Amino acid sequence: MGLVWEGIKKAAELLWTLDPEVLGITLFSLKVSILATAISLAVGGAAGMALALSRFPGKRLLISVINTGMGLPPVVVGLFITILLWRNGPLGFLEILYTPSAIILAQTVIATPIIAGISLAAIQQLPPDLRLQILSLGASRWQMLRMLAVEARLPLMAAVMAGFGGVISEVGASIMVGGNIQGSTRVLTTATVMEAGKGNFDTAIALSLILLVLTFAVNAALTHIQQRDRPR
Amino acid sequence: MSRPALEARGLEVLRGGVLVLEIPALEVMDGTVLALIGPNGSGKTTLLKTLACLQEPAGGELLFQGQALATRSQKEAYRRRVTMVFQQPLLFDTSVARNLESGLKLRGVPGPERTRRVLEVARRFGIEPLLERQARKLSGGEAQRASLARAFAIGPEILFLDEPFAALDPPTREALLDDLAAALRSTGTTAVLATHDRMEALQLADRLAVMRQGRIVQIGTGAQVVNQPVDEFVAEFVGMETVLEGLVLESADGLCRVSVAGHEVEALGSPALGETVLLGLRPENVTLADHADTGTSARNHFPGTVARIAPRGPYFKVELDCGFWVAAFVTPHSLEALRLAPGRAVVATFKATAVHLIRRP
Repeated sequence: MGLVWEGIKKAAELLWTLDPEVLGITLFSLKVSILATAISLAVGGAAGMALALSRFPGKRLLISVINTGMGLPPVVVGLFITILLWRNGPLGFLEILYTPSAIILAQTVIATPIIAGISLAAIQQLPPDLRLQILSLGASRWQMLRMLAVEARLPLMAAVMAGFGGVISEVGASIMVGGNIQGSTRVLTTATVMEAGKGNFDTAIALSLILLVLTFAVNAALTHIQQRDRPR
Repeated sequence: MSRPALEARGLEVLRGGVLVLEIPALEVMDGTVLALIGPNGSGKTTLLKTLACLQEPAGGELLFQGQALATRSQKEAYRRRVTMVFQQPLLFDTSVARNLESGLKLRGVPGPERTRRVLEVARRFGIEPLLERQARKLSGGEAQRASLARAFAIGPEILFLDEPFAALDPPTREALLDDLAAALRSTGTTAVLATHDRMEALQLADRLAVMRQGRIVQIGTGAQVVNQPVDEFVAEFVGMETVLEGLVLESADGLCRVSVAGHEVEALGSPALGETVLLGLRPENVTLADHADTGTSARNHFPGTVARIAPRGPYFKVELDCGFWVAAFVTPHSLEALRLAPGRAVVATFKATAVHLIRRP
Protein backbone atom coordinates (compact mmCIF):
# COMPACT_ATOMS: atom_id res chain seq x y z
CA MET A 1 0.00 0.00 0.00
CA GLY A 2 2.87 2.31 0.79
CA LEU A 3 3.98 2.09 -2.81
CA VAL A 4 0.64 3.27 -4.16
CA TRP A 5 0.45 6.06 -1.59
CA GLU A 6 3.96 7.22 -2.45
CA GLY A 7 2.98 7.11 -6.13
CA ILE A 8 -0.08 9.23 -5.62
CA LYS A 9 1.88 11.76 -3.59
CA LYS A 10 4.57 11.91 -6.28
CA ALA A 11 1.95 12.26 -8.96
CA ALA A 12 0.32 15.14 -7.11
CA GLU A 13 3.70 16.78 -6.75
CA LEU A 14 4.57 16.35 -10.45
CA LEU A 15 1.21 17.74 -11.46
CA TRP A 16 1.19 20.52 -8.91
CA THR A 17 4.59 21.80 -9.86
CA LEU A 18 3.83 21.38 -13.56
CA ASP A 19 7.02 19.37 -14.00
CA PRO A 20 8.26 20.52 -17.42
CA GLU A 21 9.25 17.06 -18.56
CA VAL A 22 5.95 15.46 -17.58
CA LEU A 23 4.05 18.37 -19.12
CA GLY A 24 6.06 17.98 -22.32
CA ILE A 25 5.35 14.24 -22.53
CA THR A 26 1.66 14.81 -21.83
CA LEU A 27 1.22 17.48 -24.48
CA PHE A 28 3.21 15.43 -26.97
CA SER A 29 1.05 12.34 -26.33
CA LEU A 30 -2.07 14.42 -26.79
CA LYS A 31 -0.80 16.01 -29.99
CA VAL A 32 0.28 12.74 -31.58
CA SER A 33 -2.94 10.90 -30.71
CA ILE A 34 -5.23 13.74 -31.78
CA LEU A 35 -3.41 14.06 -35.09
CA ALA A 36 -3.53 10.30 -35.69
CA THR A 37 -7.24 10.22 -34.80
CA ALA A 38 -7.97 13.16 -37.11
CA ILE A 39 -6.20 11.52 -40.05
CA SER A 40 -7.95 8.23 -39.28
CA LEU A 41 -11.31 9.99 -39.17
CA ALA A 42 -10.72 11.53 -42.59
CA VAL A 43 -9.52 8.27 -44.13
CA GLY A 44 -11.55 5.73 -42.13
CA GLY A 45 -14.73 7.79 -41.96
CA ALA A 46 -14.72 8.36 -45.72
CA ALA A 47 -13.91 4.71 -46.40
CA GLY A 48 -16.64 3.51 -44.03
CA MET A 49 -19.27 5.79 -45.60
CA ALA A 50 -18.23 4.92 -49.15
CA LEU A 51 -18.35 1.23 -48.33
CA ALA A 52 -21.77 1.53 -46.68
CA LEU A 53 -23.26 3.31 -49.71
CA SER A 54 -21.72 1.26 -52.51
CA ARG A 55 -22.35 -2.18 -53.86
CA PHE A 56 -19.65 -4.28 -55.51
CA PRO A 57 -18.50 -7.89 -55.58
CA GLY A 58 -16.22 -8.65 -52.65
CA LYS A 59 -17.82 -6.07 -50.37
CA ARG A 60 -18.47 -8.62 -47.64
CA LEU A 61 -14.85 -9.75 -47.73
CA LEU A 62 -13.62 -6.16 -47.46
CA ILE A 63 -15.92 -5.54 -44.48
CA SER A 64 -14.50 -8.65 -42.80
CA VAL A 65 -10.97 -7.37 -43.42
CA ILE A 66 -11.85 -4.01 -41.84
CA ASN A 67 -13.53 -5.65 -38.88
CA THR A 68 -10.43 -7.79 -38.35
CA GLY A 69 -8.35 -4.61 -38.57
CA MET A 70 -10.35 -3.19 -35.65
CA GLY A 71 -8.54 -5.66 -33.42
CA LEU A 72 -5.11 -5.22 -34.95
CA PRO A 73 -2.45 -5.77 -32.22
CA PRO A 74 -0.36 -2.58 -31.91
CA VAL A 75 2.86 -4.62 -31.61
CA VAL A 76 2.20 -6.20 -35.00
CA VAL A 77 1.57 -2.77 -36.51
CA GLY A 78 4.73 -1.51 -34.84
CA LEU A 79 6.76 -4.38 -36.25
CA PHE A 80 5.57 -3.90 -39.83
CA ILE A 81 5.95 -0.13 -39.75
CA THR A 82 9.47 -0.56 -38.36
CA ILE A 83 10.34 -2.94 -41.21
CA LEU A 84 8.82 -0.58 -43.77
CA LEU A 85 10.69 2.45 -42.41
CA TRP A 86 13.98 0.64 -41.77
CA ARG A 87 16.92 2.25 -43.53
CA ASN A 88 16.94 -0.43 -46.25
CA GLY A 89 13.19 -0.92 -46.16
CA PRO A 90 10.75 0.12 -48.91
CA LEU A 91 9.99 3.43 -47.20
CA GLY A 92 13.45 3.88 -45.68
CA PHE A 93 14.13 6.92 -47.84
CA LEU A 94 11.60 8.87 -45.78
CA GLU A 95 14.00 8.67 -42.81
CA ILE A 96 11.22 9.02 -40.28
CA LEU A 97 11.86 5.95 -38.09
CA TYR A 98 12.25 7.00 -34.44
CA THR A 99 10.59 10.35 -35.14
CA PRO A 100 7.14 11.62 -34.10
CA SER A 101 5.96 11.09 -37.69
CA ALA A 102 6.54 7.36 -37.34
CA ILE A 103 4.35 7.25 -34.21
CA ILE A 104 1.60 9.19 -35.96
CA LEU A 105 1.83 6.80 -38.92
CA ALA A 106 1.61 3.72 -36.68
CA GLN A 107 -1.27 5.11 -34.64
CA THR A 108 -3.13 6.07 -37.82
CA VAL A 109 -2.79 2.51 -39.06
CA ILE A 110 -4.24 1.29 -35.75
CA ALA A 111 -7.15 3.78 -35.56
CA THR A 112 -8.24 3.84 -39.22
CA PRO A 113 -9.88 0.39 -39.32
CA ILE A 114 -11.57 1.07 -35.95
CA ILE A 115 -13.12 4.30 -37.23
CA ALA A 116 -13.90 2.79 -40.65
CA GLY A 117 -15.62 -0.23 -39.10
CA ILE A 118 -17.79 1.79 -36.72
CA SER A 119 -18.60 4.43 -39.40
CA LEU A 120 -19.66 1.67 -41.77
CA ALA A 121 -22.03 0.23 -39.19
CA ALA A 122 -23.25 3.75 -38.30
CA ILE A 123 -24.30 4.50 -41.87
CA GLN A 124 -25.66 1.01 -42.48
CA GLN A 125 -28.02 1.25 -39.51
CA LEU A 126 -29.78 4.28 -41.03
CA PRO A 127 -33.03 3.46 -42.90
CA PRO A 128 -32.13 2.43 -46.48
CA ASP A 129 -34.58 4.91 -48.01
CA LEU A 130 -33.17 7.86 -46.02
CA ARG A 131 -30.50 8.42 -48.68
CA LEU A 132 -33.22 8.60 -51.37
CA GLN A 133 -35.37 10.86 -49.18
CA ILE A 134 -32.47 13.32 -48.84
CA LEU A 135 -31.78 13.23 -52.58
CA SER A 136 -35.47 13.73 -53.34
CA LEU A 137 -35.51 16.81 -51.10
CA GLY A 138 -33.08 18.28 -53.61
CA ALA A 139 -29.67 17.49 -52.10
CA SER A 140 -26.53 17.20 -54.19
CA ARG A 141 -24.31 14.20 -53.59
CA TRP A 142 -22.13 16.09 -51.11
CA GLN A 143 -25.10 17.55 -49.27
CA MET A 144 -26.54 14.04 -49.03
CA LEU A 145 -23.32 12.64 -47.50
CA ARG A 146 -23.15 15.49 -45.00
CA MET A 147 -26.77 15.00 -43.95
CA LEU A 148 -26.26 11.26 -43.54
CA ALA A 149 -23.22 11.95 -41.33
CA VAL A 150 -25.30 14.35 -39.23
CA GLU A 151 -28.00 11.70 -38.85
CA ALA A 152 -25.39 9.15 -37.75
CA ARG A 153 -23.52 11.62 -35.53
CA LEU A 154 -23.89 9.61 -32.33
CA PRO A 155 -22.25 6.41 -33.56
CA LEU A 156 -19.74 8.48 -35.58
CA MET A 157 -18.64 10.25 -32.40
CA ALA A 158 -18.40 6.85 -30.76
CA ALA A 159 -16.07 5.88 -33.62
CA VAL A 160 -13.85 8.88 -32.87
CA MET A 161 -13.78 8.03 -29.16
CA ALA A 162 -12.91 4.41 -29.86
CA GLY A 163 -10.16 5.46 -32.27
CA PHE A 164 -8.68 7.99 -29.87
CA GLY A 165 -8.95 5.57 -26.95
CA GLY A 166 -7.12 2.97 -29.00
CA VAL A 167 -4.15 5.15 -29.88
CA ILE A 168 -3.64 7.18 -26.69
CA SER A 169 -3.43 3.92 -24.73
CA GLU A 170 -1.28 1.78 -27.05
CA VAL A 171 2.34 1.27 -26.16
CA GLY A 172 3.74 -1.49 -28.39
CA ALA A 173 3.81 0.39 -31.66
CA SER A 174 4.95 3.69 -30.12
CA ILE A 175 7.95 2.05 -28.47
CA MET A 176 8.94 0.13 -31.61
CA VAL A 177 8.68 2.91 -34.19
CA GLY A 178 9.36 5.84 -31.84
CA GLY A 179 12.04 4.36 -29.63
CA ASN A 180 10.96 6.25 -26.47
CA ILE A 181 13.55 8.96 -27.06
CA GLN A 182 13.54 11.58 -24.34
CA GLY A 183 12.32 14.94 -25.57
CA SER A 184 11.48 13.56 -28.98
CA THR A 185 9.30 10.45 -29.15
CA ARG A 186 8.49 9.72 -25.51
CA VAL A 187 4.77 9.45 -24.85
CA LEU A 188 2.88 8.76 -21.60
CA THR A 189 2.58 5.02 -22.18
CA THR A 190 6.20 4.44 -23.17
CA ALA A 191 7.41 6.60 -20.30
CA THR A 192 5.25 4.60 -17.88
CA VAL A 193 6.72 1.33 -19.14
CA MET A 194 10.24 2.69 -18.79
CA GLU A 195 9.78 4.11 -15.28
CA ALA A 196 8.16 0.90 -14.06
CA GLY A 197 11.03 -1.08 -15.58
CA LYS A 198 13.51 1.05 -13.68
CA GLY A 199 11.58 0.46 -10.45
CA ASN A 200 10.38 4.10 -10.21
CA PHE A 201 6.84 3.08 -9.40
CA ASP A 202 5.91 6.48 -8.03
CA THR A 203 6.66 8.19 -11.34
CA ALA A 204 4.97 5.35 -13.24
CA ILE A 205 1.82 5.75 -11.17
CA ALA A 206 1.93 9.49 -11.68
CA LEU A 207 2.20 9.08 -15.45
CA SER A 208 -0.59 6.52 -15.63
CA LEU A 209 -2.86 8.74 -13.54
CA ILE A 210 -2.22 11.58 -15.96
CA LEU A 211 -3.04 9.23 -18.84
CA LEU A 212 -6.31 8.24 -17.19
CA VAL A 213 -7.34 11.83 -16.50
CA LEU A 214 -6.39 12.85 -20.04
CA THR A 215 -8.41 10.02 -21.61
CA PHE A 216 -11.34 10.87 -19.41
CA ALA A 217 -11.15 14.57 -20.25
CA VAL A 218 -11.04 14.00 -23.99
CA ASN A 219 -13.88 11.49 -23.90
CA ALA A 220 -15.95 13.75 -21.66
CA ALA A 221 -15.51 16.57 -24.18
CA LEU A 222 -16.48 14.30 -27.08
CA THR A 223 -19.45 12.94 -25.14
CA HIS A 224 -20.58 16.48 -24.44
CA ILE A 225 -20.54 17.26 -28.16
CA GLN A 226 -22.28 13.98 -28.93
CA GLN A 227 -25.09 14.39 -26.43
CA ARG A 228 -25.61 18.14 -26.46
CA ASP A 229 -28.75 18.30 -28.56
CA ARG A 230 -30.25 15.00 -27.51
CA PRO A 231 -33.68 15.30 -25.96
CA ARG A 232 -33.60 13.82 -22.48
CA MET B 1 -54.38 20.46 -67.78
CA SER B 2 -53.67 19.55 -71.36
CA ARG B 3 -49.91 19.11 -71.44
CA PRO B 4 -48.11 16.27 -69.73
CA ALA B 5 -45.92 17.27 -66.78
CA LEU B 6 -44.09 13.98 -66.98
CA GLU B 7 -43.79 11.37 -69.69
CA ALA B 8 -42.11 7.99 -69.57
CA ARG B 9 -41.22 6.07 -72.70
CA GLY B 10 -40.05 2.48 -72.85
CA LEU B 11 -39.02 2.33 -69.20
CA GLU B 12 -37.32 -0.91 -68.23
CA VAL B 13 -35.88 -1.77 -64.83
CA LEU B 14 -33.82 -4.87 -64.21
CA ARG B 15 -33.09 -6.49 -60.87
CA GLY B 16 -30.57 -9.27 -60.81
CA GLY B 17 -30.84 -9.52 -64.58
CA VAL B 18 -34.62 -9.98 -64.41
CA LEU B 19 -37.02 -7.46 -65.94
CA VAL B 20 -39.08 -6.19 -62.99
CA LEU B 21 -40.64 -3.14 -64.60
CA GLU B 22 -41.74 -2.55 -68.17
CA ILE B 23 -43.67 0.63 -69.00
CA PRO B 24 -43.94 1.30 -72.74
CA ALA B 25 -45.60 4.71 -72.25
CA LEU B 26 -47.01 6.71 -69.39
CA GLU B 27 -48.11 10.33 -69.14
CA VAL B 28 -48.94 12.35 -66.07
CA MET B 29 -50.92 15.42 -67.06
CA ASP B 30 -50.11 18.75 -65.48
CA GLY B 31 -52.12 19.41 -62.31
CA THR B 32 -53.57 15.91 -62.11
CA VAL B 33 -53.10 13.05 -59.66
CA LEU B 34 -52.29 9.60 -60.98
CA ALA B 35 -52.67 6.64 -58.63
CA LEU B 36 -50.65 3.48 -59.17
CA ILE B 37 -52.60 0.67 -57.60
CA GLY B 38 -51.76 -2.97 -57.35
CA PRO B 39 -50.80 -5.63 -54.85
CA ASN B 40 -47.46 -5.68 -53.03
CA GLY B 41 -44.62 -6.49 -55.38
CA SER B 42 -46.43 -5.25 -58.48
CA GLY B 43 -43.74 -2.62 -59.12
CA LYS B 44 -45.46 0.51 -57.81
CA THR B 45 -42.54 1.66 -55.68
CA THR B 46 -39.99 0.81 -58.36
CA LEU B 47 -41.94 2.83 -60.93
CA LEU B 48 -42.28 5.73 -58.49
CA LYS B 49 -38.55 5.79 -57.69
CA THR B 50 -37.72 5.60 -61.39
CA LEU B 51 -40.08 8.47 -62.22
CA ALA B 52 -38.54 10.51 -59.38
CA CYS B 53 -35.04 9.88 -60.81
CA LEU B 54 -33.98 8.10 -57.63
CA GLN B 55 -33.30 4.90 -59.51
CA GLU B 56 -31.67 4.46 -62.90
CA PRO B 57 -33.73 2.50 -65.41
CA ALA B 58 -31.96 -0.02 -67.63
CA GLY B 59 -33.70 1.50 -70.62
CA GLY B 60 -36.16 4.16 -71.69
CA GLU B 61 -36.42 7.86 -71.11
CA LEU B 62 -38.21 10.42 -68.99
CA LEU B 63 -39.49 13.78 -70.24
CA PHE B 64 -40.24 16.56 -67.78
CA GLN B 65 -42.45 19.28 -69.32
CA GLY B 66 -41.48 17.99 -72.73
CA GLN B 67 -37.72 18.05 -72.08
CA ALA B 68 -35.82 14.77 -72.02
CA LEU B 69 -33.89 14.08 -68.80
CA ALA B 70 -30.75 12.73 -70.38
CA THR B 71 -27.69 14.13 -68.65
CA ARG B 72 -26.77 13.91 -64.99
CA SER B 73 -27.16 17.65 -64.51
CA GLN B 74 -30.62 17.59 -66.10
CA LYS B 75 -31.63 14.84 -63.67
CA GLU B 76 -30.23 16.76 -60.70
CA ALA B 77 -32.07 19.89 -61.77
CA TYR B 78 -35.26 17.80 -62.12
CA ARG B 79 -34.78 16.31 -58.65
CA ARG B 80 -34.75 19.86 -57.25
CA ARG B 81 -38.18 20.56 -58.75
CA VAL B 82 -39.95 17.39 -57.59
CA THR B 83 -39.97 15.44 -54.34
CA MET B 84 -41.06 12.18 -52.83
CA VAL B 85 -42.79 11.11 -49.61
CA PHE B 86 -42.12 7.57 -48.45
CA GLN B 87 -44.14 5.07 -46.45
CA GLN B 88 -41.82 5.72 -43.49
CA PRO B 89 -41.80 9.42 -42.52
CA LEU B 90 -37.93 9.43 -42.58
CA LEU B 91 -37.69 12.61 -40.52
CA PHE B 92 -34.29 13.97 -39.52
CA ASP B 93 -33.16 13.72 -35.91
CA THR B 94 -33.83 17.36 -35.06
CA SER B 95 -36.82 19.65 -34.45
CA VAL B 96 -39.96 19.51 -36.59
CA ALA B 97 -39.33 23.08 -37.80
CA ARG B 98 -35.83 22.19 -38.98
CA ASN B 99 -37.25 19.15 -40.75
CA LEU B 100 -39.82 21.24 -42.58
CA GLU B 101 -37.23 23.74 -43.77
CA SER B 102 -34.64 21.14 -44.84
CA GLY B 103 -35.63 21.12 -48.51
CA LEU B 104 -35.66 24.92 -48.62
CA LYS B 105 -32.26 25.09 -46.95
CA LEU B 106 -30.83 22.71 -49.56
CA ARG B 107 -32.06 25.14 -52.19
CA GLY B 108 -30.44 28.13 -50.47
CA VAL B 109 -33.76 29.83 -49.66
CA PRO B 110 -33.01 32.70 -47.22
CA GLY B 111 -34.02 32.43 -43.54
CA PRO B 112 -37.07 34.72 -43.31
CA GLU B 113 -38.60 33.17 -46.44
CA ARG B 114 -37.97 29.68 -44.97
CA THR B 115 -39.73 30.62 -41.73
CA ARG B 116 -42.71 31.97 -43.65
CA ARG B 117 -43.10 28.85 -45.78
CA VAL B 118 -42.58 26.50 -42.84
CA LEU B 119 -45.38 28.24 -40.95
CA GLU B 120 -47.63 28.07 -43.98
CA VAL B 121 -47.27 24.30 -44.50
CA ALA B 122 -47.36 23.60 -40.76
CA ARG B 123 -50.76 25.35 -40.62
CA ARG B 124 -52.00 23.50 -43.67
CA PHE B 125 -51.17 20.14 -42.07
CA GLY B 126 -52.22 21.15 -38.56
CA ILE B 127 -48.79 20.69 -36.97
CA GLU B 128 -48.02 24.30 -36.03
CA PRO B 129 -48.04 23.49 -32.28
CA LEU B 130 -45.46 20.75 -32.89
CA LEU B 131 -42.83 22.90 -34.63
CA GLU B 132 -40.42 23.04 -31.68
CA ARG B 133 -40.81 19.35 -30.81
CA GLN B 134 -38.18 16.74 -31.56
CA ALA B 135 -39.21 14.93 -34.73
CA ARG B 136 -38.33 11.51 -33.29
CA LYS B 137 -40.86 11.99 -30.50
CA LEU B 138 -43.88 12.44 -32.77
CA SER B 139 -46.60 9.80 -33.12
CA GLY B 140 -46.90 7.93 -36.41
CA GLY B 141 -49.65 10.19 -37.72
CA GLU B 142 -47.90 13.40 -36.65
CA ALA B 143 -44.64 12.22 -38.20
CA GLN B 144 -46.31 11.47 -41.54
CA ARG B 145 -47.97 14.91 -41.44
CA ALA B 146 -44.55 16.45 -40.89
CA SER B 147 -43.14 14.40 -43.77
CA LEU B 148 -45.92 15.60 -46.11
CA ALA B 149 -45.52 19.20 -44.90
CA ARG B 150 -41.75 18.97 -45.55
CA ALA B 151 -42.50 17.91 -49.12
CA PHE B 152 -45.11 20.66 -49.70
CA ALA B 153 -42.77 23.30 -48.23
CA ILE B 154 -40.57 22.94 -51.30
CA GLY B 155 -43.53 23.72 -53.55
CA PRO B 156 -42.75 20.70 -55.74
CA GLU B 157 -43.87 20.66 -59.35
CA ILE B 158 -44.48 16.93 -59.06
CA LEU B 159 -45.06 15.10 -55.80
CA PHE B 160 -44.39 11.36 -55.60
CA LEU B 161 -46.19 9.56 -52.76
CA ASP B 162 -45.26 5.99 -51.88
CA GLU B 163 -48.00 4.44 -49.71
CA PRO B 164 -47.89 7.44 -47.35
CA PHE B 165 -50.73 6.13 -45.21
CA ALA B 166 -49.99 2.41 -45.14
CA ALA B 167 -48.49 2.46 -41.65
CA LEU B 168 -51.29 4.53 -40.05
CA ASP B 169 -54.39 3.41 -38.16
CA PRO B 170 -57.75 4.04 -39.91
CA PRO B 171 -58.95 7.24 -38.13
CA THR B 172 -55.50 8.88 -38.44
CA ARG B 173 -55.31 7.78 -42.05
CA GLU B 174 -58.68 9.28 -42.96
CA ALA B 175 -57.99 12.64 -41.35
CA LEU B 176 -54.65 12.88 -43.13
CA LEU B 177 -56.15 11.67 -46.41
CA ASP B 178 -58.65 14.56 -46.31
CA ASP B 179 -55.90 17.10 -45.58
CA LEU B 180 -53.70 15.72 -48.36
CA ALA B 181 -56.60 15.77 -50.83
CA ALA B 182 -57.30 19.41 -49.90
CA ALA B 183 -53.61 20.36 -50.17
CA LEU B 184 -53.26 18.72 -53.59
CA ARG B 185 -56.40 20.45 -54.87
CA SER B 186 -55.64 23.91 -53.54
CA THR B 187 -52.04 23.92 -54.76
CA GLY B 188 -52.85 22.18 -58.03
CA THR B 189 -49.79 20.00 -57.55
CA THR B 190 -49.20 17.23 -60.05
CA ALA B 191 -48.84 13.99 -58.10
CA VAL B 192 -48.21 10.29 -58.54
CA LEU B 193 -49.45 8.13 -55.67
CA ALA B 194 -48.63 4.48 -55.11
CA THR B 195 -51.15 2.60 -52.98
CA HIS B 196 -52.73 -0.80 -52.60
CA ASP B 197 -55.88 0.81 -51.21
CA ARG B 198 -58.48 1.42 -53.91
CA MET B 199 -60.52 3.80 -51.74
CA GLU B 200 -57.46 5.95 -51.17
CA ALA B 201 -56.79 5.94 -54.91
CA LEU B 202 -60.38 6.80 -55.79
CA GLN B 203 -60.47 9.66 -53.31
CA LEU B 204 -57.19 11.29 -54.35
CA ALA B 205 -56.65 10.49 -57.99
CA ASP B 206 -57.96 11.72 -61.31
CA ARG B 207 -56.68 8.62 -63.03
CA LEU B 208 -55.87 5.12 -61.86
CA ALA B 209 -53.18 2.83 -63.27
CA VAL B 210 -53.54 -0.77 -62.17
CA MET B 211 -50.20 -2.57 -61.96
CA ARG B 212 -49.39 -6.21 -62.01
CA GLN B 213 -45.97 -7.83 -62.19
CA GLY B 214 -44.18 -4.67 -63.28
CA ARG B 215 -46.67 -3.71 -65.96
CA ILE B 216 -49.62 -1.35 -66.16
CA VAL B 217 -52.58 -3.54 -67.06
CA GLN B 218 -55.19 -0.79 -67.15
CA ILE B 219 -55.18 2.97 -66.94
CA GLY B 220 -58.19 5.26 -66.88
CA THR B 221 -60.44 7.35 -64.70
CA GLY B 222 -61.60 5.85 -61.42
CA ALA B 223 -65.03 5.15 -62.90
CA GLN B 224 -63.55 3.49 -65.97
CA VAL B 225 -61.30 1.19 -63.99
CA VAL B 226 -63.87 0.30 -61.37
CA ASN B 227 -66.78 -0.15 -63.74
CA GLN B 228 -65.02 -1.47 -66.80
CA PRO B 229 -62.13 -3.58 -65.59
CA VAL B 230 -60.24 -5.04 -68.54
CA ASP B 231 -59.67 -8.44 -67.00
CA GLU B 232 -60.30 -10.71 -64.05
CA PHE B 233 -57.23 -9.44 -62.17
CA VAL B 234 -58.31 -5.79 -62.35
CA ALA B 235 -61.90 -6.74 -61.54
CA GLU B 236 -60.87 -8.57 -58.39
CA PHE B 237 -58.37 -5.93 -57.41
CA VAL B 238 -60.71 -2.96 -57.70
CA GLY B 239 -63.24 -4.70 -55.52
CA MET B 240 -65.61 -6.70 -57.65
CA GLU B 241 -65.21 -9.45 -55.20
CA THR B 242 -67.55 -11.71 -57.12
CA VAL B 243 -66.23 -12.68 -60.53
CA LEU B 244 -68.27 -15.35 -62.30
CA GLU B 245 -67.67 -17.14 -65.54
CA GLY B 246 -70.62 -17.88 -67.82
CA LEU B 247 -71.89 -18.67 -71.27
CA VAL B 248 -74.01 -16.14 -73.17
CA LEU B 249 -77.50 -17.61 -73.84
CA GLU B 250 -79.25 -14.56 -75.20
CA SER B 251 -78.14 -11.10 -76.21
CA ALA B 252 -80.48 -8.40 -77.44
CA ASP B 253 -81.11 -4.67 -77.01
CA GLY B 254 -78.07 -4.19 -74.83
CA LEU B 255 -79.24 -6.80 -72.36
CA CYS B 256 -77.99 -10.35 -72.10
CA ARG B 257 -78.65 -13.56 -70.22
CA VAL B 258 -75.65 -15.54 -69.12
CA SER B 259 -75.65 -19.09 -67.82
CA VAL B 260 -73.58 -19.38 -64.67
CA ALA B 261 -73.33 -22.83 -63.07
CA GLY B 262 -76.81 -23.71 -64.29
CA HIS B 263 -78.36 -20.39 -63.23
CA GLU B 264 -79.29 -17.50 -65.46
CA VAL B 265 -77.87 -14.07 -64.68
CA GLU B 266 -79.04 -10.94 -66.48
CA ALA B 267 -76.52 -8.26 -67.29
CA LEU B 268 -76.05 -5.18 -69.45
CA GLY B 269 -73.96 -5.63 -72.58
CA SER B 270 -74.04 -7.09 -76.04
CA PRO B 271 -71.78 -10.11 -76.15
CA ALA B 272 -72.01 -12.70 -78.90
CA LEU B 273 -74.20 -15.75 -78.41
CA GLY B 274 -72.26 -18.69 -77.04
CA GLU B 275 -69.40 -16.47 -75.93
CA THR B 276 -67.74 -17.18 -72.59
CA VAL B 277 -67.70 -14.01 -70.49
CA LEU B 278 -66.84 -12.89 -66.97
CA LEU B 279 -69.37 -11.16 -64.75
CA GLY B 280 -68.10 -8.75 -62.10
CA LEU B 281 -70.25 -7.94 -59.11
CA ARG B 282 -69.34 -5.53 -56.33
CA PRO B 283 -70.46 -6.69 -52.87
CA GLU B 284 -72.04 -3.33 -52.06
CA ASN B 285 -74.48 -3.85 -54.95
CA VAL B 286 -75.82 -7.16 -53.64
CA THR B 287 -78.73 -7.08 -51.18
CA LEU B 288 -79.91 -9.96 -49.04
CA ALA B 289 -83.52 -10.74 -48.02
CA ASP B 290 -85.68 -13.52 -46.60
CA HIS B 291 -87.71 -13.89 -49.79
CA ALA B 292 -87.35 -12.77 -53.34
CA ASP B 293 -88.84 -9.27 -53.45
CA THR B 294 -90.45 -9.16 -56.89
CA GLY B 295 -91.53 -5.56 -56.36
CA THR B 296 -88.06 -4.13 -57.15
CA SER B 297 -86.59 -3.53 -60.56
CA ALA B 298 -83.80 -5.97 -59.81
CA ARG B 299 -83.88 -8.86 -62.22
CA ASN B 300 -81.51 -11.23 -60.53
CA HIS B 301 -82.76 -13.22 -57.52
CA PHE B 302 -80.81 -16.23 -56.28
CA PRO B 303 -81.63 -18.32 -53.22
CA GLY B 304 -78.55 -19.53 -51.37
CA THR B 305 -77.06 -20.36 -48.02
CA VAL B 306 -74.63 -18.28 -45.98
CA ALA B 307 -71.17 -19.83 -45.99
CA ARG B 308 -68.98 -17.26 -44.20
CA ILE B 309 -69.33 -13.91 -42.45
CA ALA B 310 -66.34 -11.65 -41.90
CA PRO B 311 -66.11 -8.04 -40.65
CA ARG B 312 -64.95 -5.53 -43.27
CA GLY B 313 -64.52 -2.08 -41.78
CA PRO B 314 -67.98 -0.78 -40.84
CA TYR B 315 -69.68 -3.63 -42.75
CA PHE B 316 -69.79 -7.38 -42.76
CA LYS B 317 -68.89 -9.32 -45.83
CA VAL B 318 -71.23 -12.26 -46.29
CA GLU B 319 -70.31 -15.04 -48.69
CA LEU B 320 -73.20 -17.00 -50.14
CA ASP B 321 -73.39 -20.30 -51.95
CA CYS B 322 -76.09 -19.89 -54.61
CA GLY B 323 -74.72 -22.67 -56.78
CA PHE B 324 -72.01 -20.08 -57.53
CA TRP B 325 -70.31 -17.79 -55.03
CA VAL B 326 -71.64 -14.32 -54.34
CA ALA B 327 -70.27 -11.81 -51.81
CA ALA B 328 -72.44 -9.11 -50.25
CA PHE B 329 -71.75 -6.26 -47.83
CA VAL B 330 -74.36 -5.87 -45.10
CA THR B 331 -74.63 -3.44 -42.21
CA PRO B 332 -74.48 -4.73 -38.63
CA HIS B 333 -78.16 -3.81 -38.42
CA SER B 334 -79.17 -6.03 -41.36
CA LEU B 335 -76.95 -8.79 -40.07
CA GLU B 336 -79.05 -8.83 -36.90
CA ALA B 337 -82.44 -8.22 -38.55
CA LEU B 338 -81.93 -11.10 -40.97
CA ARG B 339 -80.40 -13.29 -38.24
CA LEU B 340 -77.58 -14.08 -40.64
CA ALA B 341 -75.37 -16.98 -39.65
CA PRO B 342 -73.57 -19.72 -41.54
CA GLY B 343 -76.11 -22.21 -42.93
CA ARG B 344 -78.98 -19.68 -43.03
CA ALA B 345 -80.99 -19.63 -46.28
CA VAL B 346 -81.47 -16.19 -47.88
CA VAL B 347 -82.07 -14.66 -51.29
CA ALA B 348 -79.39 -12.55 -52.97
CA THR B 349 -80.67 -9.79 -55.25
CA PHE B 350 -78.84 -7.51 -57.65
CA LYS B 351 -79.71 -5.39 -60.65
CA ALA B 352 -78.67 -6.22 -64.18
CA THR B 353 -76.96 -2.81 -64.28
CA ALA B 354 -74.81 -3.79 -61.29
CA VAL B 355 -73.28 -6.68 -63.19
CA HIS B 356 -70.17 -5.74 -65.10
CA LEU B 357 -69.58 -7.78 -68.19
CA ILE B 358 -65.94 -8.56 -69.00
CA ARG B 359 -65.39 -9.98 -72.48
CA ARG B 360 -62.28 -12.09 -72.76
CA PRO B 361 -59.94 -11.35 -75.64
